[in-house]
Amino acid sequence: MTSMTVDNSLALPEGYWTRTRKAGLIMVLLGLIAAVYLTAIVPNEPARFFLGETTAASGASFSINGKVGTLIFGLLTIACGALLILTNKRFGLYVGLGLAFFVVAALIWQIAETGGQVPLSSLSKITMEKSLPLIFGAIAGVLCERSGVVNVAIEGQLLTGAFFAALFGTMVGSQWFGLVAAAIGGALISLILAWLAIRFLVDQVVIGVVLNALALGLTGFFYEQVMREDTKSFNSPGLLPVWTVPGLSEIPIIGPALFKGTILTYAALLLVVAATVALFRTRWGLRTRAVGEHPAAADTVGIKVLGLRYVNVMIAGLVAGFGGAYFSMVTASSFTKNITGGLGFIALAAMIFGRWHPVGAFLAAIFFGFSSALSSLLQAIQSPIPSDFLAMLPYVATIFAVAGLVGRSRAPAADGKPYVKG
Amino acid sequence: MSDEQHPIPEPSPDKGPAHAEAGRPYLTTEKPGKHRGDPTLWDNFKKEFYADNTFTVTLFAIVLALIFGGILMIIGDADTRAQWGYFFYQPLKTLEASWDLVSKAYTDMFKGAVVNPDTVNRWYWDMTTWQQVFRPISETLTNAAPLILTGLAVAIPFRAGLFNIGGQGQAIMGAIGGGTVGILLKLPAPIVILLAILAGALLGGLWGLLVGVLKAKTGAHEVIVTIMLNYIALYFLFWYIRQAAIDDPNRSELISKPVPDSSIFPKLIDPALRVNLGILLALLVAAGVAWLLKRGTFGFELRAVGYNPNAAGTAGIKVGWTLALTMGLAGALAGLGGTTMVLGTAGNLTGEVVGQIGFNGILVALLGRVKPWGVVGAGLLFGALQAGGAAMQTFSGISNELVTAIQAMIVIFVAAPLLVKAVFRLRKSPSAAASAALAKG
Repeated sequence: MTSMTVDNSLALPEGYWTRTRKAGLIMVLLGLIAAVYLTAIVPNEPARFFLGETTAASGASFSINGKVGTLIFGLLTIACGALLILTNKRFGLYVGLGLAFFVVAALIWQIAETGGQVPLSSLSKITMEKSLPLIFGAIAGVLCERSGVVNVAIEGQLLTGAFFAALFGTMVGSQWFGLVAAAIGGALISLILAWLAIRFLVDQVVIGVVLNALALGLTGFFYEQVMREDTKSFNSPGLLPVWTVPGLSEIPIIGPALFKGTILTYAALLLVVAATVALFRTRWGLRTRAVGEHPAAADTVGIKVLGLRYVNVMIAGLVAGFGGAYFSMVTASSFTKNITGGLGFIALAAMIFGRWHPVGAFLAAIFFGFSSALSSLLQAIQSPIPSDFLAMLPYVATIFAVAGLVGRSRAPAADGKPYVKG
Repeated sequence: MSDEQHPIPEPSPDKGPAHAEAGRPYLTTEKPGKHRGDPTLWDNFKKEFYADNTFTVTLFAIVLALIFGGILMIIGDADTRAQWGYFFYQPLKTLEASWDLVSKAYTDMFKGAVVNPDTVNRWYWDMTTWQQVFRPISETLTNAAPLILTGLAVAIPFRAGLFNIGGQGQAIMGAIGGGTVGILLKLPAPIVILLAILAGALLGGLWGLLVGVLKAKTGAHEVIVTIMLNYIALYFLFWYIRQAAIDDPNRSELISKPVPDSSIFPKLIDPALRVNLGILLALLVAAGVAWLLKRGTFGFELRAVGYNPNAAGTAGIKVGWTLALTMGLAGALAGLGGTTMVLGTAGNLTGEVVGQIGFNGILVALLGRVKPWGVVGAGLLFGALQAGGAAMQTFSGISNELVTAIQAMIVIFVAAPLLVKAVFRLRKSPSAAASAALAKG
């Protein structure tokens, strides 16, 4: 991906207002909004949080007075901003903390105002669930793009995975076979992507966009033509069983999210660790990164550039396709037309927001999942904040990220450039 | 460079053609023009017909996609699929059943997109109105209009080296602009329609301009920004429709008040046929864009930036400004596409008011080789496929989604000309048409 800086009017000549300090300024402003404005308008009522998954009166809970809460968390946000301005260091940590404090302040305001009840464990569980396809999609993107092939086709890979999981899972009568088929489905889209991009040198973004359309058309056609006609024999894979880790799942707030889920939950967590280790601690990872940054140099030392790219694109397809099973076997027990509904593009955003790093992509996916969970929570407690604007949050955040306003994301140097030997 | 500025070098005695004595060492003295040995138009046609030029590749891409579409139909049809189980017992019957299925489906598609001979026959015997005869063409043109506009919105930035995936979002903003003016303003028809068109173009244009400015100022990659803006526009639309001034109080679903008749685009031929001002608008815009790219100063700058931004910058073209303006123009065109959807066909704002025109516009632009008249042709083809797809779904019972798949396959084959060349063993084109324009990295 090329970047072109024509005019950077944001850089002041004094050099004091670095990007970090400017972000600190924004944090201070946000904190002021919370500490002054929100504290002024919030009713003098307690905001009650439940630790468990339900809002049963007997469950463990704690409550905080609305005015006190917004003031405290507003001040904490200001503190984060001030630290950023004063130290000019630790950008990610303080921005993350500051935003988190601000969100908590806003949440306290809304809960105190509507008198809604918030089960925290359930909130974290929904966050994890909504993040799952994003994690798989974003990691697939990282694996593909780190080797220098742009993967806009994540949406198509997820969709095909969901379709294959439902179709073959039902036809063979085994959910586990469905999972395998899902991975293969994603890899099929990858195969076309790799073949056209690497062998025929077609523009990778172009082919990715067109492959999404192809996946949408093919799965939609077979859904309407085959699956809907005979749901029983083609489209009823059923829900995947939920596995509970005894003991660990009892941990308040994070327990149900991490240790009470389908195989996909555990696979996603494992995948993040595996991808990180593989990319940064193995020979394959070093070679992948070399091919993505400077293919000519990698070729010179004897790495097979095209072969490695084929392998990586295929692995990405396997991962995304496997994650696609989420749609037809975890949230729903069957496939429907366009079931992914554009989540593949949020996964793409998560990859960019996470700066092409597996852990970053994971955190970004969690953040996007959280904003989605928050949006449905606010709807549930009938908050006056329009949920549509909250739903925009991941996309706006990504634009800020690529525009370099909140820490520039940089793609691998050879991302999207076909490699021709010679 | 003329000869006056560069003195003719002394002819070298040991090399150079025989007529070098004339003082023009490497040019013949013969006049240019037609000669007996020159190939005629017919000769050229024969040579080019089975070569890898743009036209042949596109044609074969369509043929290949339709063949694959036929295979999909056979797999998708339960009876035919069952019949293939007996292929080795009844090979002829199997092939016959498959052929019947596919040929009927494509015939229905043709009848729904171009002309239905049965209707013509019935009209001849006064059993139906003449409007019925033109209905398929009308449907094709109605579908094509927004596709041409969004296709141009992708094609123009492509020439400047930008890939605009944001046609969808820009069309949504255009639909909001055009729809709002159409619903709220109570003015005579021509004025309100003109204002609505301007509002749609303006809002779409601003949405596009935002991308261009971000690209120019910060280097943010336009592909990512446009994808994100598509979703922001969509959620904004969801929110916007629910606002009191726009929301239809009588209906519970996400739908706006209907656009009053005075704001609806006038029908072109007959009130019974859907074809409206939109297609005229699209053709006018395409002509304007063709002129701009070929003759306009801005078009020249745009192409120069597309070929080589550094060289363009050195030559004094404001690269950032050109990029921003290009995206603004593209957004305005996509916005017009959105306006055409609301005021031309839909009649109110809904969550799905612009359908998939933004995404299909990408396919249209790529099939049209990012040239204005190519986009018009591709838009007409896709309009016909969609009109025909609807007829196929009704009469053959084959899902309309097949059209999406066929469209995508056509573009894949067009985008990979080497693939089509290999499949059909096309000759190398004598005119060496740059059919690999899309295959650049």
